[in-house]
Amino acid sequence: MNRKLIFEKSIKGRKGYALPECDVPAQAIEDIIPKEYIRIEEPELPEVGEVDTVRHFTLLSGLNYGVDNGLYPLGSCTMKYNPKINEDVSRLDGFTGVHPDLPDSAVQGCLELLYKMDLFLSEITGMERISLQPAAGAHGELAGLMMMKAFHQYHGEGHRNKIIVPDSAHGTNPASAAMVGYEVIEVKTDSRGNVDLSELKKMMSGGIAGIMLTNPSTLGLFEENICEITDIIHKAGGLVYYDGANLNAIMGITRPGDMGFDIVHLNLHKTFSTPHGGGGPGSGPVGVKKDLVPFLPVPLIQYKDGQYIRDYDRPLSIGRVRSYFGNFSVIVKAYAYILTMGAEGLRHASETAVLNANYLMHKLKKNYELPYDRTCMHEFVLSGRHQKDIGITVLDIAKRMMDYGIHPPTVYFPLKVKEAMMFEPTETESLETIDEAAEILMRIAAEAEENPELLKEAPHRTPVARLDEVRAVREPVLKWHAKNKEK
Amino acid sequence: MNRYISNTEEQRERMLKEIGFDSPDMLFKDIPEDIRLNRSLMLPGPLTEMELSCHMKRLAGKNIESGGYSCFLGAGAYDHYIPSVIAHILNRSEFYTSYTPYQPEISQGTLQAIFEFQTMICELTGMDVANASVYDGATAMAEAANMACKITRKEKVVVMRTVNPQYRKTLKAYAGFKGYEILEADYQEGTTNLSDLESLLSAETAAVIVQNPNFFGSLEEVAKIADLKAKYQVLLIICVDPVSLGLFKTPEEQGADIVVGEGQALGNPMSFGGPYLGFFAAKDKYLRQMPGRIVGQTVDRNGEPGFTLTMQTREQHIRREKAASNICSNQALNALAATVYLTLMGKQGLREAAYQSLQKAHYGYNKLIETDCFRPGFTKPFFKEFTVRSEIPLDRLNHDLLKEGIIGGYALEKDYPELKGFWLVAVTEKRTKGEIDELAEKVVEIR
Repeated sequence: MNRKLIFEKSIKGRKGYALPECDVPAQAIEDIIPKEYIRIEEPELPEVGEVDTVRHFTLLSGLNYGVDNGLYPLGSCTMKYNPKINEDVSRLDGFTGVHPDLPDSAVQGCLELLYKMDLFLSEITGMERISLQPAAGAHGELAGLMMMKAFHQYHGEGHRNKIIVPDSAHGTNPASAAMVGYEVIEVKTDSRGNVDLSELKKMMSGGIAGIMLTNPSTLGLFEENICEITDIIHKAGGLVYYDGANLNAIMGITRPGDMGFDIVHLNLHKTFSTPHGGGGPGSGPVGVKKDLVPFLPVPLIQYKDGQYIRDYDRPLSIGRVRSYFGNFSVIVKAYAYILTMGAEGLRHASETAVLNANYLMHKLKKNYELPYDRTCMHEFVLSGRHQKDIGITVLDIAKRMMDYGIHPPTVYFPLKVKEAMMFEPTETESLETIDEAAEILMRIAAEAEENPELLKEAPHRTPVARLDEVRAVREPVLKWHAKNKEK
Repeated sequence: MNRYISNTEEQRERMLKEIGFDSPDMLFKDIPEDIRLNRSLMLPGPLTEMELSCHMKRLAGKNIESGGYSCFLGAGAYDHYIPSVIAHILNRSEFYTSYTPYQPEISQGTLQAIFEFQTMICELTGMDVANASVYDGATAMAEAANMACKITRKEKVVVMRTVNPQYRKTLKAYAGFKGYEILEADYQEGTTNLSDLESLLSAETAAVIVQNPNFFGSLEEVAKIADLKAKYQVLLIICVDPVSLGLFKTPEEQGADIVVGEGQALGNPMSFGGPYLGFFAAKDKYLRQMPGRIVGQTVDRNGEPGFTLTMQTREQHIRREKAASNICSNQALNALAATVYLTLMGKQGLREAAYQSLQKAHYGYNKLIETDCFRPGFTKPFFKEFTVRSEIPLDRLNHDLLKEGIIGGYALEKDYPELKGFWLVAVTEKRTKGEIDELAEKVVEIR
């Protein structure tokens, strides 16, 4: 197979572009730019034609697996179908061609969309206002924690520097907390998969800034004591942060705001159907209750005298967490999704996501250990412990799934469960697809016993076989070297 | 029934029965009664595809888009040429509907493209290693400051006031909440005042951040700034316009330890401010402190070459609170756009885009000065953006130009109160002589 790098396809002098001739009288460069600024050695960019370029990247696309190829049950990632009309409308010239520094009067469409999105998401989460500035979930967490810190400082409680994070939390939670200088304390999960309340109570002190929770948790379980938890934290003077990675389970059914959360971030690239793009761009709006509104990033979009405006006059704001107003095109897609679904559609999506997950869990628990045997929400966690006993890891199982043409679940997470496999089928998968996946996983469980080598050597039918990740770390090759070309 | 949900009512019932439930409500029995919504969300819709399409077109139609205008506004977002091929590649759904390439065997497309992107960023900047992207130029700069503080174990960073004001604001939020101190060095005649800069440096300074060309479009005296590195044991972070690197010396040659920048100009539309592309590169020795994903080349079990995410012990999903950064999602698809852009343009094309921007900006500057409506702003050497001082109030000037189909420059007074009347004008390779001449003519008419 032709797997050359684009640099290795380069032919000196070949061009893949055409610019009009420079039609202004040209000056000698040395007359306008001092010599010491001028580049002498050219960058080794490829010299290829347009056809070469299209073929190269089309070839690469064929080595990928996306939601459009089939089931993608990655837990906590909500790999639902990415509607095509949303791609189309996000690419309208009236959105993509807009310079962000045009005056308010020239961008009323963009501002209206952002303002309405704030309203929609505030309603869905039970928050007062939402900032659409953060570019991703972790970025929303960062902005949310900055607001938490600013809030405490404003109330003369800047000494509050401890944040509680459950042992099942996403890695971004503790990492974001560290970015704002918080000390992270881990609270354990009890045998039902809920936060251990007695341990939580013992942790309360004047130094608590707040807690970060995902609900449903990364175990796919609804936190049954959520009201007690928010109460305990509030009584200790702390704030409660909602990691919205798992909101797909509860749209129109319950709201973080009603559970007592003060700050919420959402992942538009999960719950609201925008594509993941092979790792981004995402969008991580962050919402707050009334008391925290003054701390939101600037600008906030307001509607005043029949005009949408950008409001920068917000003295208590944390400032900015990035340039401009967020990953706008992504927000356009999520806006289109909400309008397409409507209130009933969103509720139906959550209900179906939860039904699909429970159905698949029910089918698989005969073959794989189910550490928390409760009604799950939109995702569930299995353990490959029994398979491990016969020498098969969940990584082997994951790689074998690829041979059957489906994407593996999230593996080795949450850290709390040994040999964890976290499945999230989402609402857009049909019964037939889920039945087929269940059959494949049952077959793999049988293969693990009958023909373990088949799993250990998997995958067999992918563009490359299992990769040596240890070597990638020990002998890092992180770019192509121009000198290789000469060899 | 919603068209994105496939299961029929009959299938739903069958599934419920299979798991032993009488009604869908039972799925939510773990949710306490008193926090259930028990009403419909108040949202518009549902809309059919046709209705949605009309609605979105109407919204888009309320914006002024650069297509029908000639755009002389830059200040961080630029109207460069975007080859048609890019959208076609980005529209390949195997690229855009895939997740982060955590399973390398079925993600070689994304991984190889990122590897090529990393190589291109290293080639442009002269740095040893580049990551797979961060959110945008502003966050790239903030991450670089954090990284420099970790490397040097010092907690002060000096940033030039000539750096993009939004980037500085982002930097202040990131650094401030972390507990680092940001000091700002003033400028003189459009570039950094070196004596003011030096007065802010001390043994406690971790890094110096300079943007080149700076926010005013002027070229900074980076060599003189780099001369201060050894004396104060500071790292030099340079923020660059990647298009300028088709023509200008690499940041590496200018003494950079970390290079960051905004990659929007590389094949990404202006899109009202996002999604853009933060690029991030550094010297080899700082690899283990770098934020974000990095792709490496390795072999598979048959000895065939392949790519995988690597050096992951820096990252949040492994290292949690001790990670180099909290970043997880990045701007992969925008990095792909930049990779396709740099592939199509190649060595000659990037140079030509830079060359034409340079020539047209200088032509534009002279034209505007000739109108007698402006005095020179800053007179330092510049690349594609320059300043002139307007006699005409800028609000009125920009407003009237817009009516004539021209998107005027940026009023620097918004961010620099002392720069009343300073107009920051950007001219890319897309502008024609006719458009530039028309700008000058209209300015005269408006006066």
